[in-house]
Amino acid sequence: MTLLHVAILLPFISVPLIPVLALSFRRIHAGWFAIVVPALLLVIFARYFSFQKPPEPQYASVPWIPSLRIHFSICLDGLSLLFALLISGIGTLVVFYSIFYMSKEREKLHLFYAYLLLFMGAMLGSVLSDNLLALYAFWELTSVASFLLIAFWFHRKRSRYGAQKSMLITMSGGFSMLLGFLMLYAASGTFGIRELIALGGQVSRHGLFIPAMFLILLGAFTKSAQFPFHIWLPDAMEAPTPISAYLHSATMVKAGVYLVARLTPVFGGHPEWFWTVTVVGLLTLLMGSLLAIRQSDLKALLAYSTVSQIGLIMSLLGIGSLALAEAHADRSFLYAGAILAAVFHLINHSIFKGCLFMMIGILDHETGTRDIRRLAGLIHVMPASFTLTAIGAFSMAGLPPFGGFISKEMFFTGALTTWRTMDGFFVWIPIVAWMASVFTFIYCMILIFKVFAGPYEAKPSMRAPHEAPFGMLVSPMILAALVVLLFFLPNAVTPSLLEPAVQTVLPQLFADRPDWHAHLSAWHGLNTELLMTIGIILLGTLLYKYLTTFRNLYDSLPFKLSLNQAYDNGLQAMERYSGKVLRLYMSGSTSHYLSYLFVFLIVVVGGSFAIGRTMTLRLAANATIELYEAMLGLLILAAALFMLFTNSKLVSIIAVSVIGYIVSLFFVILRAPDLALTQLVVETISTTLFLLCFYFLPKVSKFASPPAVRLRNALIAIGVGATLTFIGLATQEHHLFPSISEYYYDSYALAGAKNMVNAILVDFRGFDTMLEIVVLSAAGIGIYTLIKLRHPERDEP
Amino acid sequence: MKFTDVFLQTATKILAFIIMIYSIYILFAGHHNPGGGFIGGLITASALVLLYIAFDFQSIRDIVPVDFNRLAAIGVIVSVLTGAASFLFDVPFLTQTFDYFDLPALGRTELATAVVFDLGVYMAVIGTTMTIITSISEDQK
Repeated sequence: MTLLHVAILLPFISVPLIPVLALSFRRIHAGWFAIVVPALLLVIFARYFSFQKPPEPQYASVPWIPSLRIHFSICLDGLSLLFALLISGIGTLVVFYSIFYMSKEREKLHLFYAYLLLFMGAMLGSVLSDNLLALYAFWELTSVASFLLIAFWFHRKRSRYGAQKSMLITMSGGFSMLLGFLMLYAASGTFGIRELIALGGQVSRHGLFIPAMFLILLGAFTKSAQFPFHIWLPDAMEAPTPISAYLHSATMVKAGVYLVARLTPVFGGHPEWFWTVTVVGLLTLLMGSLLAIRQSDLKALLAYSTVSQIGLIMSLLGIGSLALAEAHADRSFLYAGAILAAVFHLINHSIFKGCLFMMIGILDHETGTRDIRRLAGLIHVMPASFTLTAIGAFSMAGLPPFGGFISKEMFFTGALTTWRTMDGFFVWIPIVAWMASVFTFIYCMILIFKVFAGPYEAKPSMRAPHEAPFGMLVSPMILAALVVLLFFLPNAVTPSLLEPAVQTVLPQLFADRPDWHAHLSAWHGLNTELLMTIGIILLGTLLYKYLTTFRNLYDSLPFKLSLNQAYDNGLQAMERYSGKVLRLYMSGSTSHYLSYLFVFLIVVVGGSFAIGRTMTLRLAANATIELYEAMLGLLILAAALFMLFTNSKLVSIIAVSVIGYIVSLFFVILRAPDLALTQLVVETISTTLFLLCFYFLPKVSKFASPPAVRLRNALIAIGVGATLTFIGLATQEHHLFPSISEYYYDSYALAGAKNMVNAILVDFRGFDTMLEIVVLSAAGIGIYTLIKLRHPERDEP
Repeated sequence: MKFTDVFLQTATKILAFIIMIYSIYILFAGHHNPGGGFIGGLITASALVLLYIAFDFQSIRDIVPVDFNRLAAIGVIVSVLTGAASFLFDVPFLTQTFDYFDLPALGRTELATAVVFDLGVYMAVIGTTMTIITSISEDQK
């Protein structure tokens, strides 16, 4: 256990504490308790951070489930530190913001912060894990926490829908990712990420390498809302705004980006990786920006813009992965620039998007609506909010003097590099990038001017808006300040965050170039990139002018073949068909279920004996059957037959208990007093139970069912009896392993018990007994609830 | 369902005690002789069932004011906790141990942690059996 382990566990430990504290001190906003955790984490991670030099990579490992090679191993390198700082830093700001946003009186804050901290711990775990399976565990936990948070206002139908959608999509992606990890394990024999990277080209020759790549990418794309899985993100906006700001813009959706970056050393350089990541990223970038423009809900607009911006980062990671391709070895440092751009844009995006979400939350909070069509002229009443929103939006549009400008220029450089260094066919990459940026510019302008510009008129349906309380503005102010700082001092984070992160993504490239340094600057001279930006502003302004006509185009285009529709229909069809299949065999009749079980037993067990001839019967070795044993056996037979042919329920019950009591006599003969005792008492009590249930037993006569059914049941019964008798007799002959019962002979020495059976029950195999009584009491609870808590109206037949 | 069978009731008054005491004997005898928590629990349950059959529900509930649901839960918890107690001594879950002590009046006696575990089994078995039986039979009313 190291400090880093403690740091990951800290949010988890505080999850049960926060509700306790919040409920005992109701007068204090629960956020004040919760904020301690991210703040503490920020301090812990800041200790590894220094402005001048890269962080010292930290490794620590604690065995978790060593038999499955799962270790809770942690690796804090450049990339992980960057994410850890974002998670804890933005986490602190979001919690602070939420203290003013979430009402202490109306909301269940103790749950809100417990979920939030659960998410924080899971997210930290995913970005710090060095073991693929541990990463997977944390990864799925983020989906669970996200589900809980989206459904926080679960009385709303849309919230439940959004939560279910996000969970279904991200979890199925996560599952395919697990499959990919297992394939990677098959190919490499390790779950350790660093070990995997160290293996290098050895892994890539394995046949499962490419399938594993695609499965893992599926996990990353679903989590990061990449096309065509982006549909869950807009619906996830039903979450409270602080959550949208934290999970669905700055952290969780970046998990996919993290995974792609983290595994670039393993998969990078392969054309499949480059093509998939780049094409999906660019497609998402374009689709997201196009769809953002037609939204009228501000949060939906931001959701699509997040989709699009993450697509941008993804495509940069794709382009950057070429740095590891052998075919481009001489130009690899040009491609490394794309990774640098990806990392820098990731920071920028987290900051400006966090700021924008918080501002939309403020608008919603103060005006009561997020609908663009109902908002206008707010600059007159909310000047501070306008300034902060404008800073965030201009940064998103990639305009100077904001951080987004630099990363957008670097993005263009990356896109142009592919075209310049490879053949002319790649010209589509910069073209798509440029087009998407035009649309990005337009929706940023919508965000600013539709909401804030124009004359302000008070609408009767709206609350009278006024400037937000200062506390609420603090977090976006800090973020907005960072946006501006990143433009003027981009190199402040270069040696400490950007360079180490890039080196982590491309370790092979920098192994022999430790002296490599990146340099960012706001002014690159009058180059193609700048011309592209000027083009964006011109065309974007023009299109914005004709926005209404331009928007109408959407409705004429076949955008209606919507993925959402496909998702909804697919879900409904699945429910319908699984219901149909289920109703085929779930008849509610116990005798049906028993016959399924028994037929299965006959077919599988009996069938495998019959076909495989794995067991033979040799009765010669058995002990001779004494006369009294034969008589008892005949008595059992007689009782069973009697039960079959009697018409009285009472007589059948007695016949069944006769069988049970004779079996206990057999135990006495075979010198098993414990078993005999147990069987006697069990029989007594179950007979009592039967008599108690007498009232409920079916009143119909056994002979009421048609002869065909009775014949079928008889065949099944005989089949099961024959199969089990055969197994019982045949196992005598087959000892695959030496018997372990000799060990138990020593029970007096080992357990101090002269009764071996009891020593086995409570000592040698105590775990079995413990689970048995757990099952027993669970069954008891089941029966109790079935009887006590059933619907009163169903009581009447 | 209130019925009075004088013979049954008189016999039950004596028998129930004998069965009860026997069941406790069985519980503790289990270490060296046939018996143990499971059988002991079942025998106790059968004594209780006998009481329920001979007398009406309400009077037995007054005489034996035990919430069987809770008893089952306590039994499971006791068993799990005796297992978890092993952690305090840094040995695997559910490790049992025993030793011999000189106790007043009893002389040299073996005390085993397994008995505590068995006591949990005993309670869980009584609790569950009685929960099932009482809830089913109460339902008919």
